[in-house]
Amino acid sequence: MTKQIRQLDRVVIRFAGDSGDGMQLTGDRFTSETAQLGNDISTLPNFPAEIRAPAGTLPGVSSFQVHFADYDILTPGDAPNVLVAMNPAALKANLADLPRGADIIVNTDEFTKRNLAKVGYQTSPLDDDSLAGYVVHPVALTSMTVGALAAHQVSKKDAERSKNMFALGLLSWMYSRPYESTLRFLERKFAARPELVAANVAAFKAGWNFGETTEDFAVRYEVKPAKMKPGTYRNITGNAALSLGLVAAGVRSGLPVFLGAYPITPASDILHELSKHKRFGVITVQAEDEIAAVGAALGASYGGSLGVTTTSGPGVALKSETISLAVALELPLVIVDVQRAGPSTGMPTKTEQADLNMALYGRHGEAPVAVIAPRSPSDCFFAALEAARIALTYRTPVILLSDNYVANGSEPWLLPDVESLPDLRVEFATKPNGDDGTTFLPYLRDPETLARPWAIPGTAGLEHRIGGLEKADKTGDISYDPANHDFMVRTRAARIETIPVPDIEVEDPDGDARVLVLGWGSTYGPIGAACRGVRQRGLSIAQAHLRHLAPMPANLGEVLRSYDKVVIPEMNLGQLAHVIRARYLVDAISYNQVRGLPFTAAELETTLEEVLKNV
Amino acid sequence: MSEPVAVKLTAKDFKSDQEVRWCPGCGDYAILAAIQQFMPELNIPRERTVFVSGIGCSSRFPYYMNTYGMHSIHGRAPAIATGLSVSRPDLSVWVVTGDGDALSIGGNHLIHALRRNVNLKILLFNNRIYGLTKGQYSPTSEVGKITKSTPAGSADAPFNPLSLALGAEASFVGRTIDSDRKHLQSVLRAAAEHEGSAFVEIYQNCNIFNDGAFEQLKDPSTRDNYLIRLEHGQPITFGADGQFCVVHPPGGFGLEVRDTNSVRPEEIVVHDATVTDPAYAFALSRLPGLDLRNTPIGVFRSVDRPSYDSVVQAQLAAAKAKVTETPEQQLAGLLGSGDTWTII
Repeated sequence: MTKQIRQLDRVVIRFAGDSGDGMQLTGDRFTSETAQLGNDISTLPNFPAEIRAPAGTLPGVSSFQVHFADYDILTPGDAPNVLVAMNPAALKANLADLPRGADIIVNTDEFTKRNLAKVGYQTSPLDDDSLAGYVVHPVALTSMTVGALAAHQVSKKDAERSKNMFALGLLSWMYSRPYESTLRFLERKFAARPELVAANVAAFKAGWNFGETTEDFAVRYEVKPAKMKPGTYRNITGNAALSLGLVAAGVRSGLPVFLGAYPITPASDILHELSKHKRFGVITVQAEDEIAAVGAALGASYGGSLGVTTTSGPGVALKSETISLAVALELPLVIVDVQRAGPSTGMPTKTEQADLNMALYGRHGEAPVAVIAPRSPSDCFFAALEAARIALTYRTPVILLSDNYVANGSEPWLLPDVESLPDLRVEFATKPNGDDGTTFLPYLRDPETLARPWAIPGTAGLEHRIGGLEKADKTGDISYDPANHDFMVRTRAARIETIPVPDIEVEDPDGDARVLVLGWGSTYGPIGAACRGVRQRGLSIAQAHLRHLAPMPANLGEVLRSYDKVVIPEMNLGQLAHVIRARYLVDAISYNQVRGLPFTAAELETTLEEVLKNV
Repeated sequence: MSEPVAVKLTAKDFKSDQEVRWCPGCGDYAILAAIQQFMPELNIPRERTVFVSGIGCSSRFPYYMNTYGMHSIHGRAPAIATGLSVSRPDLSVWVVTGDGDALSIGGNHLIHALRRNVNLKILLFNNRIYGLTKGQYSPTSEVGKITKSTPAGSADAPFNPLSLALGAEASFVGRTIDSDRKHLQSVLRAAAEHEGSAFVEIYQNCNIFNDGAFEQLKDPSTRDNYLIRLEHGQPITFGADGQFCVVHPPGGFGLEVRDTNSVRPEEIVVHDATVTDPAYAFALSRLPGLDLRNTPIGVFRSVDRPSYDSVVQAQLAAAKAKVTETPEQQLAGLLGSGDTWTII
């Protein structure tokens, strides 16, 4: 039959199923196909901390949302236009997010009495009128997959497990996605088991062909490529980008990268990724605990490596004492905190940005460090380079505040030219720096950067001792002198406060905004999308986003004071707002949400419009 | 790093310009002097030698050595030294720690450094007391010990540091005493020559808070009957004229001390530090009684096992061996790997 083809400018699809249904992989593949087509993309994986919660239950539901469009987009989308529900639990867990009229593709094979009862459905929602407001497409996904693989030499279990590829095939047909990359992917993934390659490819094609032949899907959609800057792109998650940024920092500094890490969600993928790059001289040590991980990184920095440790909030808490030692030793150290919902174990697979206070203040004594935060998945690459630049140039710990949303979300990334990346080369001390020409003064500072010399072991003539005890200015000898301590505390503060960071830029296309929205980190996308929405309604609003949280841009106070109102949305209870009020005496309006999920653009838009009404 | 120039160093070359600030009479002075005197023997240039310490009286040690050094934080020296050693295989990295630093707050790092066999020389100054915090009981203090924090006597069973190290399968384990310079240097020499983790417990007297803790092992009138001097390849006998000996009684798990006259000569255990199974050295570590009778000193165990550092470096070398491109070219290739697309 001939299908109608309809053009769309944007679509949000959510794949949802049991943890074992392969929804993350299905979403990933659909994203990759979509990237090949040239749409702009943003993705949001959402999964439980349990590896395999009991099958068919609400806690076991895992989902992957992908937003793609023919224009540049900033978020994974507030509400799905299409939900693929592999079982009753996936339907129940996600239904509330669907706007009326949305398409729901359900795997009817899983809507058994038992599975319905597991999630508290008295009757099947497919049989009553509870889904009347939606366009429901009942598809016997499992049995059709098994049927399509009847001639294949695979077990029934393996055949059933291929149902995610049937679903992917159907959706790929529905949205006219190019599927060559998926076929290549399957060949790579199951290289050792050709029968599984054949089965998965067959399941994919069965799904595609089903779309083409069934009358239930009368319309096929197209989303034209977005107008994006020329160049080569790849789709990338924040954790992957951050890992590559650290490798790049090693290449651009000429120093070995040393990662000390302890497994923790959602940061472990950085350890996995960096452990693959030994050919770059990257050393990864999976330490016995978080403290050892940062200790080893600091020891490596002392020896002339770029020492890095990656963790999440609970790990940063454990590392706190060692970070303070690094402050006293004035050695480079990069601490990556992929934030998750806390306190304590909290919700390990959900996002939050509530570690800002800890990053800024969570140490004993006056122990200032530099703090920066990436704004999007691909920005993690550049944020890692910037963290390394500050750490190496200013010989200081730098905390990089990523979060689960940017770490696991993905977007297209315009690959940078390697030569355009910052030059991070450093010079180790090689000869005595004292006036007498023979003495080495480990705490004699560079007048411009206030950094002390980095004299690594192995350098003859510069043997010296450093430690956590207060040091005399210049000589680094142990000192209990009151005036010296006062001087050193102030100097350590000045070292961070005077690091030059770029001015904050304000986006105000109308030029007459009286309200500024200030954000930091991963809220950039939702805030940007909300501002666009506000402007489309003819209202003016300005947006500024902080990358450097310590030190803050020199022009920030002036920018803040030039607006009637400043709104600060954060996925915490107002930590940046608190800093802004204290530092700049600006009566900022704090807007907060801590649900473990990113802001939706719609809720921010509503909030901003309320503020605008009262200006 | 440039190749070292062979210059004959002396003990003086290893003394830093810092005033030593331990209490007069502290056992740490003797250890410091012994190590400064012994270092030149190793023929390792000063700049390639690094002492890393934690917190406690012993941990001031690096300040007094004219080498590279880091006085770090409580318990973490093995972790910090691990990062340094693994990333800089050209260095000789020493950890100086105490019974509280290594066995209490830093116990985890110690056992993991030992099981990994990181190329560290770990010197544990054991005085069985917290000195720097002025006299609380430590994880090696005896049960019932009365201290500032245990006025009714300590209720904790102590750690036997060597048993702990052997439980972690340390590849080199030894014990020596602060006051016996010759023996101390002989054990350190063996430790320095060992590839991998070398763990040396040094009995050290705190004359302020725990004076005389090891007196029976030092007093000429008792020491020969208390100390078992282990010599590789020699039957284990001690006391006046070899009055006592160590045997492995049939049916038992461990070792026991007997009157030499009461056993046949072939029953006496011949010390072999290279026994692969740590159970033998562990049995030796269990010989001392509460009164320090039957305390073995010397090298308990010295076995060959690849150091963590060497395995890590071999993996790096293997990965780098295949590389033909410049780092920048490699990086460009890495960034552009996976599914990419081009917009013109």
